[in-house]
Amino acid sequence: MEYVLWIPLLPLIAFWVNILLGKGVLRGQAHWPSVLAVGGSMVLAVRVLFDVIHGQTMNQDIYTWILSDNFRVSVGFLIDQLTAVMLIVVTTVSFLVHVYSIGYMHGDKGYPRYFAYLSLFTFSMLMLVMSNNFLQLYFGWEAVGLCSYLLIGYWYEKRSASDAGKKAFIVNRFGDFGFGLGVILIFVTFGSLHYMPVFERAPEFISRTVNIYGLEVNLITLIALLLFCGAVGKSAQLPLHVWLPDAMEGPTPVSALIHAATMVTAGVFMVARCSPIYDLSPTAMAVVAVVGGVTALFAATIALVQNDIKRVIAYSTISQLGYMFLACGVGAYSAGIFHLYTHAYFKALLFLCAGSVMHAMAGELDMQKMGGLKRYMPVTYWTMLVASLSISGIPGLAGFFSKDEILFSAYAAGGVGRVVWVLGTLAALLTAFYSFRLIYLTFHGEFRGTEEQRHHLHESPPVMTVPLILLCIGAVGAGWVGIPEILGGKNHFGEFLSPVLRHPHYEVSHAEEWMTMALSVTVAVVGIVVATVFYIKDTSIPVRLARRFPFIYRVLWNKYYVDEFYNLIVVRPTLFVANSIIEGFTDRKVIEGIVNGLPAFVGWLGAQMRKVQNGVLQHYGMIMATGVFVILALLLVKVLGG
Amino acid sequence: MIPLHWYLWLGSVVFCIGMAGFLMRRNIIIMFLSIELMLNGVNINLVALSHYMQDLRGQVLTLMVIAVAAAEAAVGLAIVIALFRNRPTVHVDEITEMKG
Repeated sequence: MEYVLWIPLLPLIAFWVNILLGKGVLRGQAHWPSVLAVGGSMVLAVRVLFDVIHGQTMNQDIYTWILSDNFRVSVGFLIDQLTAVMLIVVTTVSFLVHVYSIGYMHGDKGYPRYFAYLSLFTFSMLMLVMSNNFLQLYFGWEAVGLCSYLLIGYWYEKRSASDAGKKAFIVNRFGDFGFGLGVILIFVTFGSLHYMPVFERAPEFISRTVNIYGLEVNLITLIALLLFCGAVGKSAQLPLHVWLPDAMEGPTPVSALIHAATMVTAGVFMVARCSPIYDLSPTAMAVVAVVGGVTALFAATIALVQNDIKRVIAYSTISQLGYMFLACGVGAYSAGIFHLYTHAYFKALLFLCAGSVMHAMAGELDMQKMGGLKRYMPVTYWTMLVASLSISGIPGLAGFFSKDEILFSAYAAGGVGRVVWVLGTLAALLTAFYSFRLIYLTFHGEFRGTEEQRHHLHESPPVMTVPLILLCIGAVGAGWVGIPEILGGKNHFGEFLSPVLRHPHYEVSHAEEWMTMALSVTVAVVGIVVATVFYIKDTSIPVRLARRFPFIYRVLWNKYYVDEFYNLIVVRPTLFVANSIIEGFTDRKVIEGIVNGLPAFVGWLGAQMRKVQNGVLQHYGMIMATGVFVILALLLVKVLGG
Repeated sequence: MIPLHWYLWLGSVVFCIGMAGFLMRRNIIIMFLSIELMLNGVNINLVALSHYMQDLRGQVLTLMVIAVAAAEAAVGLAIVIALFRNRPTVHVDEITEMKG
């Protein structure tokens, strides 16, 4: 299976080609190397999938990266069922986004740079999912973070875009700090960074504790929680979710690829990959489940009132990522990965549709200024409608199967699972509501924009709509590989992943399974109906509700004031320290003091010496005579004394 | 016979008078004469020691010093004349072009 090496290598080559030749040679044709490379990777990924289905897996080091005493890290690839699924998700979405970008980014002055970054991102993400050790995972982890930063700040002349890029990077540092500590702790504990020895030996350490300032902490729990810190940052979970909505400053295809389908799911992938570690720590599992469940509901409530089309989808992404962690936290890793896989398609589709709308509206993001677009852009409307039905969990579509499996697993797991099941079900209600609020505000009713915008309205070119239709097929059919048994299907997906991810069996009756499914469908339908009433039947209801509960509305509109809170406790103190202590004292006084003080001293010394050379001949003579006398006196003392 | 240290005292006194003149007087011609005095103070010492040690090298060196002093006087006076042509003064306080 040596050909797997080419899967990450092709996008890397495309990156270099675009960086070196893009500006001078390729210019408007810069999409070719990237699209061809990612297309090639996609074909190879499909081949990997078939090889894995036929039982071929691989865990091989190909290059010794670092060798220092007993610290040994290789660049190596682990190809198993989980990797195969991730490869398919990453390469297909990436390929469609690349194609879509040809139309969306047409005529942008940074066209080659855009495709270079996009290819670099694909390379990094593939390295992340194919890694067979923690350090390479960490490399991919940071590299996708870097690409995310570069692409969020792609329109760097725009202040808000460059700020958002920095915010994403800095917020991620908080999580990655914990992740890095986790990786170090794994090496200190196990003496290796390869997955397999670590996972095999993890049970030996189950009762080992470490002392942190007098507090006995279970070692495995500590490792699991530190790794989860990284996942919280990268996958935008509470309390580090603040960067993702701002990341919408980047080009929309980037939001679809990085901030919906792939990079943000790296945290879920990591937790699933490390499931042998998480399984040993019920505490860490409970934390993962609760963080996931609370985030799912929390983000969904914010999405209810936002007017920025991309931000609604961004909060929706945070909420859906919460579902995935919820699933992992109750031990249903394959359900989490299943949702990751279906979510990649319908969420990428939602973003690309939003991009198509923006394309028609000349960059307008405010849904209050849209409306009635259905007539002008039918392909976008229908594909987005399907994606919204899918995310709401309407039976038969991809989102239904994965979300239902998650909610059922949470319910069946019992204990903390029941709590997060309630959170998840409530979030499902809100998801259906805000998804259809978005559809109604954007595509139904009367057009509320300017006349100028109305003239400009048009359906996007085929290079954009074809990826929409292809993703739409995914949003419908991706779930059919995991149909629950009570519907007469078979969970092929969970079975496929079972060699890697523990597949829990629950002692729950069919009646209860029917109950959870019926409930999740009911809340979905209720959400859609309520949205229809609010935004089609009687559009005055939302306004009246906002007036009736001004406090709740204000809190939601301001996203629970999390940004303001961080501004107060993190940003301002940091700026204060940076400005008054680091800059004001260390920089200005100490460093500039030394740098400017030394030449000033030498200059002063020179000025003093100059005074000696006053041109008065007799002073020179005096100095000379004094010198001669001093030397003579010394010689005399020496001769007499010696 | 006059003892050696008398000669040495004489030489030292002449040298010191010369040096004091060089350092204190402002007139450049007088300073010039002072230098000659210093040289001759040294010459007296050299000749006295040469005689005392029965070694002619001291006297040879003295002749050499006199030759150098003559040359120096020629060059020095030429400089003084050149200076006086440009600046009508022989006062060294007013000649500070060598200032750093």
